[in-house]
Amino acid sequence: MRNNQYVDFYIQVRETIRQHSCTVMNARREEAFRVFSANGFPSIKTERYKYTDVAQDFAPDYGIRLSADNAAHTEYCRPLSEADMDTEPYYNRIADTDDSIVALNTMLAVDALFIHVPRNTKARHPIQINNILKGQQDTMSNRRILIIMEEGAEADVIITDHAADQQHFLTNQVIEAYCGDNSRLNLYEIEETNLMCTRYSNVFIHEGRDCSVRHTVLTLFNGHTRNACRVRMAGENSATILNGCVIADKMQRVDNNTLIEHMVPGCSSQELYKYVLDDSATGAFAGKILVHKGAQKTSSAMTNANLCATRQTRMFTQPVLEIYADDVKCSHGSTVGQLNDQALFYMRQRGISLHEARLLLKAAFITEVIETIPLEALRDRLRLVVDKRMRGELSKCEGCRLC
Amino acid sequence: MEDVAREFVNKDYEYGFHTDVHTEIIAKGLDENVVRLISEKKGEPEWLLEFRLDAFRYWQTQEPPSWAHLDMPEIDYQDISYYADPTSGKKDGKDGAKEIDPELMKTFDKLGIPLEERMALAGVAVDAVMDSVSVKTTFQEKLRENGIIFCSISEAVRNHPDLVRKYLGSVVPYRDNYFAALNSAVFSDGSFVYIPKGVRCPMELSTYFRINAMGTGQFERTLIICDDDAYVSYLEGCTAPMRDENQLHAAIVEIVVMDRAEVKYSTVQNWYPGDKDGKGGVLNLVTKRGHLRGVDSRLSWTQVETGSAITWKYPSCILSGDGAQAEFYSVAVTNNRQQADTGTKMIHIGKNTKSTIISKGISAGKSQNSYRGLVKVAADADGARNYSSCDSLLLGSTCGAHTFPYMDIHNDTAIVEHEATTSKISEEQLFYCRQRGISTEDAVSLIVNGYAKDVINKLPMEFAVEAQKLLGVSLEGSVG
Repeated sequence: MRNNQYVDFYIQVRETIRQHSCTVMNARREEAFRVFSANGFPSIKTERYKYTDVAQDFAPDYGIRLSADNAAHTEYCRPLSEADMDTEPYYNRIADTDDSIVALNTMLAVDALFIHVPRNTKARHPIQINNILKGQQDTMSNRRILIIMEEGAEADVIITDHAADQQHFLTNQVIEAYCGDNSRLNLYEIEETNLMCTRYSNVFIHEGRDCSVRHTVLTLFNGHTRNACRVRMAGENSATILNGCVIADKMQRVDNNTLIEHMVPGCSSQELYKYVLDDSATGAFAGKILVHKGAQKTSSAMTNANLCATRQTRMFTQPVLEIYADDVKCSHGSTVGQLNDQALFYMRQRGISLHEARLLLKAAFITEVIETIPLEALRDRLRLVVDKRMRGELSKCEGCRLC
Repeated sequence: MEDVAREFVNKDYEYGFHTDVHTEIIAKGLDENVVRLISEKKGEPEWLLEFRLDAFRYWQTQEPPSWAHLDMPEIDYQDISYYADPTSGKKDGKDGAKEIDPELMKTFDKLGIPLEERMALAGVAVDAVMDSVSVKTTFQEKLRENGIIFCSISEAVRNHPDLVRKYLGSVVPYRDNYFAALNSAVFSDGSFVYIPKGVRCPMELSTYFRINAMGTGQFERTLIICDDDAYVSYLEGCTAPMRDENQLHAAIVEIVVMDRAEVKYSTVQNWYPGDKDGKGGVLNLVTKRGHLRGVDSRLSWTQVETGSAITWKYPSCILSGDGAQAEFYSVAVTNNRQQADTGTKMIHIGKNTKSTIISKGISAGKSQNSYRGLVKVAADADGARNYSSCDSLLLGSTCGAHTFPYMDIHNDTAIVEHEATTSKISEEQLFYCRQRGISTEDAVSLIVNGYAKDVINKLPMEFAVEAQKLLGVSLEGSVG
């Protein structure tokens, strides 16, 4: 049992963690420990973890930091221990407490980042959180973010992952976001790490009425990644957009798992996930739209398109619809294929080399996701990064001055 | 088409009668002795008994599957009788063939199954199976002239043991799944078809299954072998009496398709679906699989699923011959408290293989209807091509329609497409029909028939008419 190392570790350091952490987080810690020690890591027999070998990813002996992260204080962003409101009714409430990976985070996270946008406030600038993985030994970090968007609040949140050192880093991230009535949240996650990094991310979003939520997850360079996003639409007339793109080659693995729950009538959701796989990369997409009984007038569309460039690539896709209401319009489409021969031929006729033509087509394929991003500056930057990535010039993070 | 629907719209399950015929039923319960007894009653050779016993021992180590989107009642396997023989009342005739009880003949006449040669005009050879025994197989002589073997599997074990031994369990091994293991241990009758090289079967072959006896299950086993360049179209139909208890039907169908051969397999499944409150009905837990071994071989599954309280059925294709083509067309209708979890698997192994999946689900009442499918392209399956489309239609706000498609692609030259939609009947279409004086119920029937047309058109003529009628009956009372 590989989860034993985490159980033993927690028993040893339980008191240290409690001392460094805050009451709100400590209150949920023991319960999470019970869940984790009872369930252990999910095996590939668990439907939601079918495409990811969790136990293997968590098997190495990682160092775990037990002091709080030195997060900056800004207008809307501070450590949870210094929260400007009572966060007890929010912390670890919408997260799936039965999920072992989430439980492991709840059990080991020392501090959380708290983003709070008050009522009818619009954050003028995007809130950017850069996570830079540094260290001289293999490290696991348990990152926790709590976002509260009050009624009518608006914000763009950009979370980036970079690795500065060539070490094995394991990130276990849990984000909980509450979106009050009539709020707008654009959440971007951009991963540009290295082949030795493993990332587990669980995002939980709860929406009130008339909300607009957009979650975009871009995996540009990674080792092993599993991103899960679960959206619960509990208020009428809300709209959710989940987009994602993946560029993977070598031995990279990316697994995106989404669940959108339509609990009430009149909401809409859209999903678009695109993968470009090369070398021996493995991609997986498991999306599910669940329309509860009575959630009439739901409109939902899920699209997953994938490009496989070599014989060694593997692509698993599983777009699921589960519908218990009759007056709905739901659709999903999924394709796995190659670059269009005619388009390649067209470009070659015009003197563009095969290599360049392939790059152009791949970039165009991915661009469909990038173009949906409303932030112009981010969009421009991502176009550049994607182009560099396709050309193999993005082996480590771009633009940071650490290395 | 609406005439057809109107004609049947006020009918309940019309095959719910019971035939009073002397039936020999063995005691309820399942252990090794029961398996031995079944084997003994059928006068089976030693190797088949061993096959059954191996399957039984394996079954005992397994748990029933729980992954399907079904709320399945717990089945007490010791409360079922595993062998019922309605032909036991008659002594063997001179030529070794059993004479048929007139009551049995009446039953099949009532069901509209032509057992007599006078029905030659129908042009269909029938193997009629009631409970655990094949009652009669027609047109055997005529088929034999072409070298075609069409008989019950028990007869095949006696007369063609080499063929049966070679192919039995080669497509669905007894370790395949829980219900396949159970079937392999206790299977009773089913049909055996062998089409020799280069022969185009001159008539449609058909098997009709009926559960009659109480407290029994039916465990039929069908094996179809289509040799090089041969062709056969095979039909399967089924009914059962109305009973308050759940009856178990766990069948296996194995199809082997050789070089350039073609098999068409059509099913109209109309087991008793239980009453409006979900009481009784047949639990239809079936493993069907075709192995396309030959180059350019073809197999097409067409199914219309209207009956059964629970359907757990995934007719699949293993495309291992280069250039093999497989098709799956399905209409699944659920009403009241019926549950269906059905779909297909297309496993591409050979090069330039092609598969098509068209699935139409219609759910009404308080039913749950799921499509579950897998498209797998192996690393060597260059040029594999798949197109899947599964649509669901919802009639009423208390039913559910679900889609669980899986795609595992291990090859860069594969092109796999999947699309699915779920919606209700368009108000505009209904309004259009109503404007023209068509009642709501007829309009729904009309629209549903149009929706299912892609699949129904693939059925042989006689079946298509029956299927259309069934759609009307199954959806009766679901509108408004």
